[in-house]
Amino acid sequence: MGPKFTVGKEDWALYRKGQTDQERHRQKVREAIKRNLMDIVAEESIIVSDGRKVLKVPIRYLEEFRFRFNEGRRRHVGQGEGGTKPGDLLGQEIRGRGGGRGAGDLPGVDYYEAEITVDELAELVCEDLGLPRLRPREPRLAGEAPDFRDVRKKGLSGNLDRRRTLLEAFKRSAREGRKACRGLVPGDLRYRTWDVTVRPEARAVVLAMMDTSGSMGTFEKYVARSFFFWMVRFLRARYQNVEVVFLAHHTEARETTEEEFFTRAESGGTRCSSVYRLALEIIGQRFPPRDYNIYAFHFSDGDNLVADNELCVQLVLKLLEVANMVGYAEVEGSHRSGSSLRNAYKRIRHPRFVSVVIRDKSEVYQALRAFFGVQVE
Amino acid sequence: MELAELEAAVGELVARARAHGLDFFDMHFEVCPADVIHTVGAYGVPTRFGHWSFGKAYYRLKTQYEHNLIRIYELVINADPCYAFLLEGNSPVQNKLVVAHVLAHADFFKNNVHFRRTSRAAVEAMARAAERIRTYELCYGRTRVESFLDAAMAVQEHVDPHRGVESPGAGEREVPHTPYDDLWDLDGPRRRSREVGNPAARPEKDVLLFILEHGRELADWERDVLAILRQEMLYFWPLMATRIVNEGWATYWHLRLLREMDLDEGEAVEFARLHAEVVQPLRWQINPYALGLKIFEDLERRYENSASHEGELNDRPGGQGKQKIFEVRATEDDVSFIRNYLTREIVDELNLFVYARAGRDWRVVSQDWQLVRDTLVARLTNCGFPYIVVEDGDYGRRGELYLKHCYEGMELDVHHLERTLPHVYHLWRRPVHLETVLEERRVVFSYDGERVRRSFAD
Repeated sequence: MGPKFTVGKEDWALYRKGQTDQERHRQKVREAIKRNLMDIVAEESIIVSDGRKVLKVPIRYLEEFRFRFNEGRRRHVGQGEGGTKPGDLLGQEIRGRGGGRGAGDLPGVDYYEAEITVDELAELVCEDLGLPRLRPREPRLAGEAPDFRDVRKKGLSGNLDRRRTLLEAFKRSAREGRKACRGLVPGDLRYRTWDVTVRPEARAVVLAMMDTSGSMGTFEKYVARSFFFWMVRFLRARYQNVEVVFLAHHTEARETTEEEFFTRAESGGTRCSSVYRLALEIIGQRFPPRDYNIYAFHFSDGDNLVADNELCVQLVLKLLEVANMVGYAEVEGSHRSGSSLRNAYKRIRHPRFVSVVIRDKSEVYQALRAFFGVQVE
Repeated sequence: MELAELEAAVGELVARARAHGLDFFDMHFEVCPADVIHTVGAYGVPTRFGHWSFGKAYYRLKTQYEHNLIRIYELVINADPCYAFLLEGNSPVQNKLVVAHVLAHADFFKNNVHFRRTSRAAVEAMARAAERIRTYELCYGRTRVESFLDAAMAVQEHVDPHRGVESPGAGEREVPHTPYDDLWDLDGPRRRSREVGNPAARPEKDVLLFILEHGRELADWERDVLAILRQEMLYFWPLMATRIVNEGWATYWHLRLLREMDLDEGEAVEFARLHAEVVQPLRWQINPYALGLKIFEDLERRYENSASHEGELNDRPGGQGKQKIFEVRATEDDVSFIRNYLTREIVDELNLFVYARAGRDWRVVSQDWQLVRDTLVARLTNCGFPYIVVEDGDYGRRGELYLKHCYEGMELDVHHLERTLPHVYHLWRRPVHLETVLEERRVVFSYDGERVRRSFAD
């Protein structure tokens, strides 16, 4: 008697082991992302997207660390399809993140991609951020919103409240002494209706101010752009309406479109006071502080006209009277020169004035935390 | 494919395989959805404990399947009775190929000497182990158990597969009879201390076992987890060590059995296409199916044919082809299979080559058959893992763990090394060291619970 065999087909619907552990892996990836937010926040592919679309960000899988060989310094055996000669090129290392397919075939490069949407990422970024020292705003600005909170006997059929209608039918049957409920009569029908209520609406405006003088290079602008990208996302999570006003300046300041703001390179000297003056003007004309939460942020390389520094301090103090927060970020690029606005601002001791220095793109996240980290009072 | 039809096909294949002398356990073929195949592929055995790394492997298989990059037609588990999983939706020919392939795997499991000591009840044992680990999660907290598993799994490959469950070397170890025995050593120069509780008198290959037996601060449940991982690794080891010879054997037989079967024209074409997919060259690595098959076919031909020059030279009467391949399937693992039977002709015919990195480029270095063979053997040795031993379990008389990588010309990945040492520390709970060689210099990496330091030993 030889070996027996059986063939079967069980119901595997409840076998969910893989899915359960996959979920755990996903959780751990999220945790890992949180730990590495500072690198991911400055990821170019996110910032370049318009921020509205749901876009997938490549994230490495969690690595399992082992004692293993350095595959790059090791000899491998491969198989050709004939005609291979010593010296033939098989492939090249692709550097950087998101190197695309092909990289995964190379020995030793553990390249897989897990996915997270920008929204998920934004949620993680915003998780620890808060709005420090908010001044209470009068809820003057109001919007009308329908609010369903009443039930009536007449109404639009689309708003029929089926549960309450049935309940009425049951009660009626019971009153009539019948055991079973048979059919509905018009008197049973109940409709949900709304009242128009007035709701306070919170609004915020961000004044994005940037030095576009000759000394601000690609890196400096890139940093400013990443910062504004995340800040707007964060503020949107807190306020229904967030407006962003872009102000560029060298010796003169002017309002620009978003695109111009990040792309146009200009030259010349720097007079930062010009942009503060413009900001104050715009606030006065369009954004009454009573209705708006105002956030003003200025990015510069700090290379300001020395004579202008004193005036800047005065204007920042003025801005602080109307704004929830004034932030100054000095981007320290590769070429940096002498005088720094930062030193002048050291004199400002105001709880709603924050100044940071950014030297590397990973510090964008730290800047966000510096500005919006919930402060311990 | 209807189950009844499948059953008939299995019946025929089983009979044919037996007629050829294949000798396997009772078989169970289970038809199941892709999800289950991927789970089994990720875990190795469907009843195994849960861990996020398996979830990751599962997700990877699943995504690759969804993108049509891979399709796993079958999986087989070394057990008695032997379980094979067939993908739901396989065509009749696919199923026939897979069943023939699986029967040869089962024959290999039953007869290859390297599987002699593996447990045939692993499926049940792993289910019980998984149950215990679940209990530990309930008692000690999920994160605690998980981080311990993370740490233990980081060194799980460092077992001694040739040692078996009970340690034959135990008696040879130097067991001190009195607490003063170490006084005898005062005369001679000694590099490191040796005392009770430090049995690493000679280098211990089974790092997991060493930590399990001598880790001073392990809780019972932690020891159990280590024991579970070690047992499971010993179960998986022969599978990893015989991939080429095992797949070659199975490919040889699916080819042979299906050629004998009565396939109509369409089926024959489909079979030819499927088989060609199985043995296609992979460029960056060798295809174990193709290489194994080639060696078996070559062996059979050479031992069958007495008229050849080689046959005369070795005084072989001829007609021993079948006997030879059955002998090889019973005795060899990948390392010996390649070392003994990979010939110049096969290397040339399969167009195998050695390649390496130069700067950013990966280039073919050589097609010399001996270099190909030796490179392959080096990569297959110890299942491709670095050979790491415990040199001292009481290093510096401070109870620290001193590991040594037995350097054979291949450097370790420093990035990984520096992140694996903290895992070892998590198990040992005292400073740990690993000695290796970088750029021809002896270097010791140490982790003290805070950071990894490296020091050059000479």
